[in-house]
Amino acid sequence: MNAASPLLSVRGVETYYGNIIALRGVDLDVHVGEIVTLIGANGAGKSTLMMTICGSPQARTGSVTFDGTDITRMPTHEIMRMAIAQSPEGRRIFPRMTVLENLQMGAGVTDLSHFDEDLQKVYELFPVLKARRNQRGGTLSGGEQQMLAIGRALMSRPRLLLLDEPSLGLAPLVVKQIFAAIAELNRTEGLTVFLVEQNAFHALKLAHRGYVMVNGSITMNGTGAELLAREEVRAAYLEGGRH
Amino acid sequence: MATTSPSRRPAAELVKDAAYSALIALALAAPIIGLQTVTARGGLGLNARWDDVFLIVLAVFAGRLLLNFTIWRHQGARPIGQKWFQRAGGRPFARHGHTLSKIIGPLALAVALLLPALPFSDRYVMDLSIMVLTYIMLGWGLNIVVGLAGLLDLGYVAFYAIGAYSFALLATHFDLGFWICLPLAGILAAFWGVILGFPVLRLRGDYLAIVTLAFGEIIRVVLLNWYEFTGGPNGILGIPDPTLFGLEFARRGDNTFHEFFGLSYSSMHKIIFLYYIILCLALITNFVTLRLRRLPVGRAWEALREDEIACRSLGINTTNTKLTAFAIGAMFGGFAGSFFATRQGFISPESFTFIESALILAIVVLGGLGSQVGVVIAAIVMMGGFEYFREFEQYRMLIFGLAMVFIMVWRPRGLISTRSPSVILKERKAIGADLVGQGHG
Repeated sequence: MNAASPLLSVRGVETYYGNIIALRGVDLDVHVGEIVTLIGANGAGKSTLMMTICGSPQARTGSVTFDGTDITRMPTHEIMRMAIAQSPEGRRIFPRMTVLENLQMGAGVTDLSHFDEDLQKVYELFPVLKARRNQRGGTLSGGEQQMLAIGRALMSRPRLLLLDEPSLGLAPLVVKQIFAAIAELNRTEGLTVFLVEQNAFHALKLAHRGYVMVNGSITMNGTGAELLAREEVRAAYLEGGRH
Repeated sequence: MATTSPSRRPAAELVKDAAYSALIALALAAPIIGLQTVTARGGLGLNARWDDVFLIVLAVFAGRLLLNFTIWRHQGARPIGQKWFQRAGGRPFARHGHTLSKIIGPLALAVALLLPALPFSDRYVMDLSIMVLTYIMLGWGLNIVVGLAGLLDLGYVAFYAIGAYSFALLATHFDLGFWICLPLAGILAAFWGVILGFPVLRLRGDYLAIVTLAFGEIIRVVLLNWYEFTGGPNGILGIPDPTLFGLEFARRGDNTFHEFFGLSYSSMHKIIFLYYIILCLALITNFVTLRLRRLPVGRAWEALREDEIACRSLGINTTNTKLTAFAIGAMFGGFAGSFFATRQGFISPESFTFIESALILAIVVLGGLGSQVGVVIAAIVMMGGFEYFREFEQYRMLIFGLAMVFIMVWRPRGLISTRSPSVILKERKAIGADLVGQGHG
């Protein structure tokens, strides 16, 4: 792959739910080693874009390309085997399975020869998961479940990590901890991250670049710092909302 | 007990409470016990038994009043039975689920293996044991679909029927023996499992239940009406017995079991042989299920039960996962069906009604979804209970229903509700080596 071309590239994507349009021609790029965030209000289409990248629902027009391969029409499970991993919205861990089993499910589809090594890495990143490894997933706190969802995604050794609202319903301190872990992964492993967030302040501070989505279209993009400084962004997403 | 709620309830309230209970008893007993249908001249007649109803209502009133004034005096209103069960049973299986199943498993296996040699094992006990084991096997088979993969299947009896008819037809038309037909019946049932699986891939929960229910009925109705092929309501007669390496269990023949071993003929030989066949089949079902649970496909089933969307986002092919669950569950149903056909020697669509599906599902649900030991306990309790209460005739179903209600009050998630993890990490090395060999299927 040539260094300039993006790892993930979304071009002119339109997605519909039945006859209702949810994405109106979205263009977006994520380059290797970047943290890119997508912010926007409720119902703007952030999660729909995330789901469209994963192929469920599929884009009606436009294309999604990962590492030079067109994945627009691929079934979800095949996309998720292409070194893309997702921590889905609402965490969606397996509640009756233990923490260890949850992590195992994350590693399940790839070569298992480095399972131990990856497990230790996840435990180092989130030590609480090690302490709770034989506990059922459903008994974890919200923050721990989010850590488990991210850890589970990391077990497949992804090149691109998709995070859908990791701060949802979590205490500020826990959000900080999780975002710090994402930053560390990016810094030490060079992991590429695409982050969909409502918590604009934290997300823009963390990300190298950001996109703002309104009503199914990208209205602004720039570096995290740039967007944070812009008046429209502050007014719409940040004022009174530093949480 | 008195410390939790020191206030005594007034006597008038207690009497009122007893009166309500009596009223409920009246409403229940009047149609169930009060009216009995009898064959009279020119059709059915009704026989009223109001004196029985009166006695029952009186007993409920007096009993409730007595309880209210004695042990329930200080506790205020509460759902019937809750505290009792908690005190009597605690949560025995939940807390000790793991150790309990560790002891029960080998113990039950030893009893099962030695059963024919035990002194009380007469013809009746062996027949009953064969029936219970058949249901245990069916329960284990359905447990894969419902308990592990979480796909509610109300038509499981269809695969039982397919297995039975496959063997019966192959044996009567092509003169094939039990041991050749057994795998064929399993393959055919698995094939039909996949055929059922395809149209229901997108369905879950109630919708899936309705379609599978319809599938079960379709199979039965086809068997009933395809007269030329299946014999219709007359069924199929003369299904051969299984043989032991070519030795027949007949009184006279070229190559009979009792002559070969120099024994005098006994009809018990065949029964004991059948018992060991179904025991083996059931144990194979259990062993395969337990092994599969540790393999990627089994873990995918369980993950599918937990969260289908998360499964897809982890790269699990949910289509294949569902189809394998249907196919493998159906295969064991087919094996059990073959065995049923050879044991009975005669089959007809009447043996494969919806009530059978419901019974097998009840065994799985009462035992605790996904629990292998739970299925055994539930099958023994239910099938044994059916036999034990046979003399109560029409009250049998009443007792059965009551027992089910109480189990669901006492243990809403089934007798054994704890799920034992398929992997417990104690040493890094051990799990690593185990996993390396697995790969993904």
